[in-house]
Amino acid sequence: MEHLINIFVKSVFLENMIFAYFLGMCSYLAVSKSVKAAMGLGIAVVFVLTVTVPVDYLLDNYILKAGALSWLGDSFQNVDLEFLSFIMFIAVIASITQLVEMVVEKYTPTLYNQLGIYLPLIAVNCAILGGSLFMQQKDFGTLAEATTYGFGSGIGWLLAIVGIAAIREKIQYSKVPAPLRGAGIAFIITGLMGIAFMGFTGIKL
Amino acid sequence: MSNKESLFSKKNKEILLNPLSKNNPVTVQILGICSALAVTAQLKPAIVMAISVTIVLAFSCVIISMLRNTIPNRIRIIVQLVVIATLVIIVDQLLKAYSYNISKQLSVFVGLIITNCILMGRLEAFALGNKPWQSFLDGVGNGAGYGMILIIVAFFRELFGSGSLFGLRIIPESWYIANGGFYSNNGMMILPPMALIIVGVIIWVQRSKNKDLIEN
Repeated sequence: MEHLINIFVKSVFLENMIFAYFLGMCSYLAVSKSVKAAMGLGIAVVFVLTVTVPVDYLLDNYILKAGALSWLGDSFQNVDLEFLSFIMFIAVIASITQLVEMVVEKYTPTLYNQLGIYLPLIAVNCAILGGSLFMQQKDFGTLAEATTYGFGSGIGWLLAIVGIAAIREKIQYSKVPAPLRGAGIAFIITGLMGIAFMGFTGIKL
Repeated sequence: MSNKESLFSKKNKEILLNPLSKNNPVTVQILGICSALAVTAQLKPAIVMAISVTIVLAFSCVIISMLRNTIPNRIRIIVQLVVIATLVIIVDQLLKAYSYNISKQLSVFVGLIITNCILMGRLEAFALGNKPWQSFLDGVGNGAGYGMILIIVAFFRELFGSGSLFGLRIIPESWYIANGGFYSNNGMMILPPMALIIVGVIIWVQRSKNKDLIEN
């Protein structure tokens, strides 16, 4: 359990998808103009990550890795399908995003309208594919670890996008120099938030 | 038969050159940020990444443009993803074969070219509605615009963060404090947040010069 909490805290603060790896920046910058929309997108991302990372973990360990197919029979011992990872992960992500889109459209139509094009764009959100690729790189031992990692990465992303949305809502009333308005100041603020998050480095549970 | 536009007519040249400044994918369209920040700690991986993205972008634009009248609307995102993913797998395998060290440095970011918003963005905005040659030019132009920003950010980050460019020492060893001098590398530059601030400053400079780009 302690190990899982460690993975969770690491993925939320130390290896934050936005501040440490810059994944998911495009939708992060585009949807962060209002806290409500940011919260909605953040929750959708948490959900998609928590489902896709363990599914991709199973895919990786039982089909893709070298020797993973040996449960089919000994003759498959030497099959290494690792090079198919990209296409398989993206297929899983696209299908699960389509599912989330259908569920959101049915049960929370206001959120669906608010998110607009950005809901299907979760499929190409680098944070989602990044979550699976990092999970593959980190080589977790159990499904629980992979799921915690996915969930933690999502929560980290949610924290970041709600944080910057709140700041951007306030900055509307400040005197930002004209050339910096909008994208420019958002980049600089995100950089400063990143520096702040670096304060978490070295924390050991 | 309609007039055959010359290969580099005025309109085509505009398609190629606009993304280098007025319609830059990173600073104006705000696409492709993720990788633009992550691989720019040094010049070499930044250039390799820029070339990889340009290749994937140019060829996927051409392929999707050639298929644009046959793809059913409901599955067009899936078709785009499949085309992009295949090209990225090819580029990734080529990188692993011919420059393994750089491929290790780029790690997951080569795979992440698949989700690089520039690709989906340009395919949806341009390739799906334009002819193959124009789409190719658009792809090359956007790849070059993206590459330009990557090189600028990597230039400053490597120069001030490590005192070198391309691995070659620029700031003389004797200047460093450890060797009796006065200079010390700016460690902040190697860290991710500085990349964001540098891009913010580039946007500032670009929009000061080109007032049309200022947002409201």
